[in-house]
Amino acid sequence: MELKPGSRWKSAVCDAQLVVVRPPSAAGELQCGGAPVLPIDDASAPSGDVSADFAAGVMIGKRYTDAASGIEVLGAKAGKGSLAFNGVAMTIKGAKPLPASD
Amino acid sequence: MRTPLLLDIAADACGDRPAVGGRSGGLDFAAYRARASRVAVWLAGKGKANTAFLGMNGDALPVLLFASGMAGTPFVPLNYRLADADLNKLVARTAPAVLVADDDMLARIAPVDGVELVARSAFEAEFLQGAVPEPVLLDEAENDIAVLLFTSGTTGEPKAAVLRHGNLTSYVMSTVEFLGADEEEAALVSVPSYHIAGISAILTAAYGGRRIVYLPAFTAEEWVATAAREGITHAMVVPTMLDRILDVIAATVETLPALRALSYGGGKMPEPVIARALAMLPHVAFVNAYGLTETSSTIALLGAEDHRAAFASDDPVVRRRIASVGQPLPSLELEIRREDGTCCDVGEHGEIHVRGEQVSGEYLHKKAIADDGWFATNDAGWLDAGGYLFVEGRLDDVIVRGGENISPGEIEDVLRSFDDIADCAVLGIPCEKWGEKVVAVIVSRSGAPDTGAMAATIKAKLRSTKTPEIWFLRDELPYNETGKLLRRILKAELAEEVCAG
Repeated sequence: MELKPGSRWKSAVCDAQLVVVRPPSAAGELQCGGAPVLPIDDASAPSGDVSADFAAGVMIGKRYTDAASGIEVLGAKAGKGSLAFNGVAMTIKGAKPLPASD
Repeated sequence: MRTPLLLDIAADACGDRPAVGGRSGGLDFAAYRARASRVAVWLAGKGKANTAFLGMNGDALPVLLFASGMAGTPFVPLNYRLADADLNKLVARTAPAVLVADDDMLARIAPVDGVELVARSAFEAEFLQGAVPEPVLLDEAENDIAVLLFTSGTTGEPKAAVLRHGNLTSYVMSTVEFLGADEEEAALVSVPSYHIAGISAILTAAYGGRRIVYLPAFTAEEWVATAAREGITHAMVVPTMLDRILDVIAATVETLPALRALSYGGGKMPEPVIARALAMLPHVAFVNAYGLTETSSTIALLGAEDHRAAFASDDPVVRRRIASVGQPLPSLELEIRREDGTCCDVGEHGEIHVRGEQVSGEYLHKKAIADDGWFATNDAGWLDAGGYLFVEGRLDDVIVRGGENISPGEIEDVLRSFDDIADCAVLGIPCEKWGEKVVAVIVSRSGAPDTGAMAATIKAKLRSTKTPEIWFLRDELPYNETGKLLRRILKAELAEEVCAG
């Protein structure tokens, strides 16, 4: 999968939708709920189970990163599965929102 | 990453949320995207390189901006306040282009090869009225230039600042939380489309999930009435607007209970105005933002907490921060540099440099950014020990008197501490002895200012070389419509007066 900035993906096993904000430094697999994510325009509906190891959920508006590869992903729709890159759980980026300025 | 993505993901996540326009008759996010996609198909069919816009604020504007991004044609908003000759020069520079213009502005535009003129009424009838169409899925466009903004051109011909999709989306995504706004939030936009804040307001509102409401053109009365009627929660104003808004609020019983946050920028806010605003609107969070066209809007901001802390503090260092633009955004780097390129110490004045993904630092056919990514802003400023940025104005406005560099800003700050000073400007005018001499232009509330006391205070707080040698009394100072003091015009007038006198 080509994880370009701005590319959109969806979970294969839950309702989560994702946007790649920063690409990984090396090729790898973005996963949600334990399964590889699908391109946003993939016609298939979510099926199968969310892996118990990756069931913390994706929240809308939150950013998720993998420190090793530098990949950063935005939660564009919420879902039950949680994100991983090459099997390593991604962590939520705790950025303090800034006040609106324009 | 491209700007239409911001709208796309918002429309997918909350299509039925209000996005543009009034509480009744506005567009929700799904309709916003659908209508923009139809405009994009139309633009792509025209096959022109650019999409230009000449007109007042309104719902057509954000639809056209996103459509331009979808079609891959840079969006070029034009300044309708320019004289016809200057305006037509810019129109010619947009060719080949589709130019959507307000009906009452059409007659101002001279025919030019390659520019197809479209009346706004026809555009709106075709694309903004009637049943909401199905959205069209377009292939991602190639052109990575999102917006061309003509700089105000106070020196020479206006330059076309280039803002790439990557600059703008980086700015939006690093400063706004996706759908961070709640459904009740609405922003009132009164800055014109040809100002960077008019562009960034559209993008940040879409990504944040906040409805935007337009004032076609600013008047304080209309602003207050619209804010009350539409339950406006957020707005950005320039300094001259805020003062007039407060006058209107003072004269009515309106308290704007829904209003949560007011940001201001685009020029120096006189401290008495912000003090008055804080007192009159205690429920509102004030944010001072500093940015440039070339940096995709805000690069530093002074938040509500900072405002309160500064006003409440007895410590002069903290107190002074009310006149700062706060701290640089965490997503970029900022340095103050000397003329030789080395970094200034805390408190030392120099030129503001900035680096980050939102910084374009680029004009059409001319990159103004260093190879290492740093952009010289041409603004003078300094940082205090806490990292708060003080902007002194354009580097070109620095007065050079007998080899000493003098920033008008610090002298103006001292003057503004006098209750009698309603407004002021400090400038250098040519002088045989010193090269330039310091003069002050003041607007006095009493009409009989005690310039002797003012001079003594400047001398005591700063130094004698910074004390104005001539004082001019004016009824008002010249500003452009976005609140920038027209220093060069003032300077030319004064130089003439001094020569004549």
